[in-house]
Amino acid sequence: MTGISDTTDEAQIIASILAGNTHLFHDLIRPHERSVYAMALSLLHNEADAEDVAQEAFLKAFRNLRNFRGESKFSTWLISITLNEARGRLRSKKNIKLESLDEPREGVGTVTPALLRDWREIPSEALERKEIRQMLQQAITDLPLIYREVFLLRDVEDLSVNQSAEALGISVASVKVRLHRARMMLQKKLVPQLKKANPKRRWFSWS
Amino acid sequence: MVIECKHVWDHISGYLDGTLSPEVREQVQKHLEHCEICSAILDSTRNILILTADERVFELPLGFSQRLHARLEAEIRGIAPAPPDKE
Repeated sequence: MTGISDTTDEAQIIASILAGNTHLFHDLIRPHERSVYAMALSLLHNEADAEDVAQEAFLKAFRNLRNFRGESKFSTWLISITLNEARGRLRSKKNIKLESLDEPREGVGTVTPALLRDWREIPSEALERKEIRQMLQQAITDLPLIYREVFLLRDVEDLSVNQSAEALGISVASVKVRLHRARMMLQKKLVPQLKKANPKRRWFSWS
Repeated sequence: MVIECKHVWDHISGYLDGTLSPEVREQVQKHLEHCEICSAILDSTRNILILTADERVFELPLGFSQRLHARLEAEIRGIAPAPPDKE
């Protein structure tokens, strides 16, 4: 995500675009392409739809740039546009099973984590393997919608708790609760899978 | 005050984000010092967050940027956006 100096740059670029240098919009959004796509993909479960929604979100951002107020970060604003687009697409797709925005029943109470004493180290080289990347992607997209959204914003897009609450239109307390459950659900699901998928000598250095 | 494992699990997320109150944080810390199970849960959760935050998990499809910027260019120039060039 962008740092403070980038934010200043962004404000200048936005001012310049609004003043008529519309071609600068290309540069403005380049750093955000992946996060917008990731957000759309994890909500829609389908690459073609995700790409289409991502394009629509960027077009909408361009058309509505004048309405962007510097109070929130450009990335947060962009993400809320993407969320709205993706939610709209989900609603309009009759063939997709509707996902509830209500609290799922199983989400109430403590999520029991996976208890594996001998699994602690995850070498980042693991991500060189496509199956591991897919495993992570799948686990995220399998989260119930309300947890997936929070997890994506906070832990994938690196938004703050406050920014996530703003983008989702929910309270900071709800963000924290949902985030915790999302993380625990992922831990529970992924730890046994990752353990199985990885060679012992590399992964069990703590035991 | 001594807290149980189950109680510690409720605070793992807050512990990782550094948002626990000093008292709770200390209780959790003390527990982690002698509980290997909870330490492993904490470490594995932290590691999963490191992995899922990696850019490689959600990669852009081939040609994504080109298609996006072509469509934007059409919009910027005031031409009706062409249908997405895919599939």
